[in-house]
Amino acid sequence: MSSIGTGYDLSASTFSPDGRVFQVEYAMKAVENSSTAIGIRCKDGVVFGVEKLVLSKLYEQGSNKRIFNVDRHVGMAVAGLLADARSLSEVAREEASNFRSNYGHNIPLKHLSERVAMYVHAYTLYSAVRPFGCSFILGSYDQDDGPQLYMVDPSGISYGYWGCAIGKAKQAAKTEIEKLQMKDMTCRELVKEVAKIIYIVHDEVKDKSFELELSWVGEVTNGKHELVPKDVREEAEKYAKVCTTTTSHSFVFSMAFL
Amino acid sequence: MVGVEDLVHFRYYVSSKTINKLIQVHDRIFCCIAGSLADAQAVTKAAKFQISFHSIQMESPPLVKAAASVLKELCYNNKEELQAGFITAGWDRKKGPQVYTVALGGMLLSQPFTIGGSGSTYIYGYADAKYKPDMSKEECLQFATNALALAMGRDNVSGGVAHLVVITEEGVEHIVIPGDKLPKFHDE
Repeated sequence: MSSIGTGYDLSASTFSPDGRVFQVEYAMKAVENSSTAIGIRCKDGVVFGVEKLVLSKLYEQGSNKRIFNVDRHVGMAVAGLLADARSLSEVAREEASNFRSNYGHNIPLKHLSERVAMYVHAYTLYSAVRPFGCSFILGSYDQDDGPQLYMVDPSGISYGYWGCAIGKAKQAAKTEIEKLQMKDMTCRELVKEVAKIIYIVHDEVKDKSFELELSWVGEVTNGKHELVPKDVREEAEKYAKVCTTTTSHSFVFSMAFL
Repeated sequence: MVGVEDLVHFRYYVSSKTINKLIQVHDRIFCCIAGSLADAQAVTKAAKFQISFHSIQMESPPLVKAAASVLKELCYNNKEELQAGFITAGWDRKKGPQVYTVALGGMLLSQPFTIGGSGSTYIYGYADAKYKPDMSKEECLQFATNALALAMGRDNVSGGVAHLVVITEEGVEHIVIPGDKLPKFHDE
């Protein structure tokens, strides 16, 4: 659903007659143009998966990371303008660091996401700056609070989730996520499902090659957010490829009859 | 459990024998102050505000560690100007009862028990010998009262009335023991 806000969309400090701030909506469009990122919270941790489109064969493998470490126990997966996302990851890092400096313990994720969301929101108030063109998913694991997952979008709101998706295939990804019984799964089981979802929502026709970025934080990593180890990743990708090729074979078969 | 005496001296005379050296910084967190009372009061006032604000933002009672950290930051960042030490003690949901020392320069240390102030030098031996972990409330009260009485007996700038506060999950209990009701020892 797109509409042109002629005249009311030149700055974030203007409302349209029907009460919308078009600049913020356009910022969200920037997120929708980016490839998909998903985050799912399970019984004992959080898993992130990002479909990182490789635009050129000349890129070094693993460059342009879309999953960041905000603190030892917090990870952040982004979609949208990568430069905006990088600057926000620095903001999040500083918030987490200042909190630890002042209060002597790890920042609770709810508080961190509220603080960063407040920062993002501030950029939607003035005409002198533009809103951030990225959404991000924050995830953490803590002994007492357990796994937590929050998502922040360009309008500056943050919600807690059991599973969420951002980027171009977020609707398709959400449908797949809803099929999962994540509350009963462990991180090891979930990693394979996350890889499968990314492979499912990846559009082979429009976008060619992609790299799957997988990270997790939970009891399995002792509360430390890190990229999934090589062997786990390979197993997950193998599982994902098997699941998607069996479905695509049947698709090709039916195409032959049309 | 925290206990203090309540004497303040200004150079050569005792300016008050009824001052409160136990500051409540939150519902279940208390601070014993020592050193320059003016500095300590100013610091605890600022800390009380910061901890209250933090607690409202977090939508939950503050951790004792967080309260002690706030005090520590104030002491460390202003160490040139300040001369105050604190004992932060209290109860929180995460770790239960805890005791932290915030020393003069801003050192933060978690301990099972601690003593501080000018009179504390006279009772290190007593405290080390008599402390045992997992004491009952009565044993703890006896230990703290005896320790205070001994310190007040020997230190010329400690004295007056002993204030004790017992902090538990259920609530906070104040106990006041006037000087003449304190246990007597051979130091008199």
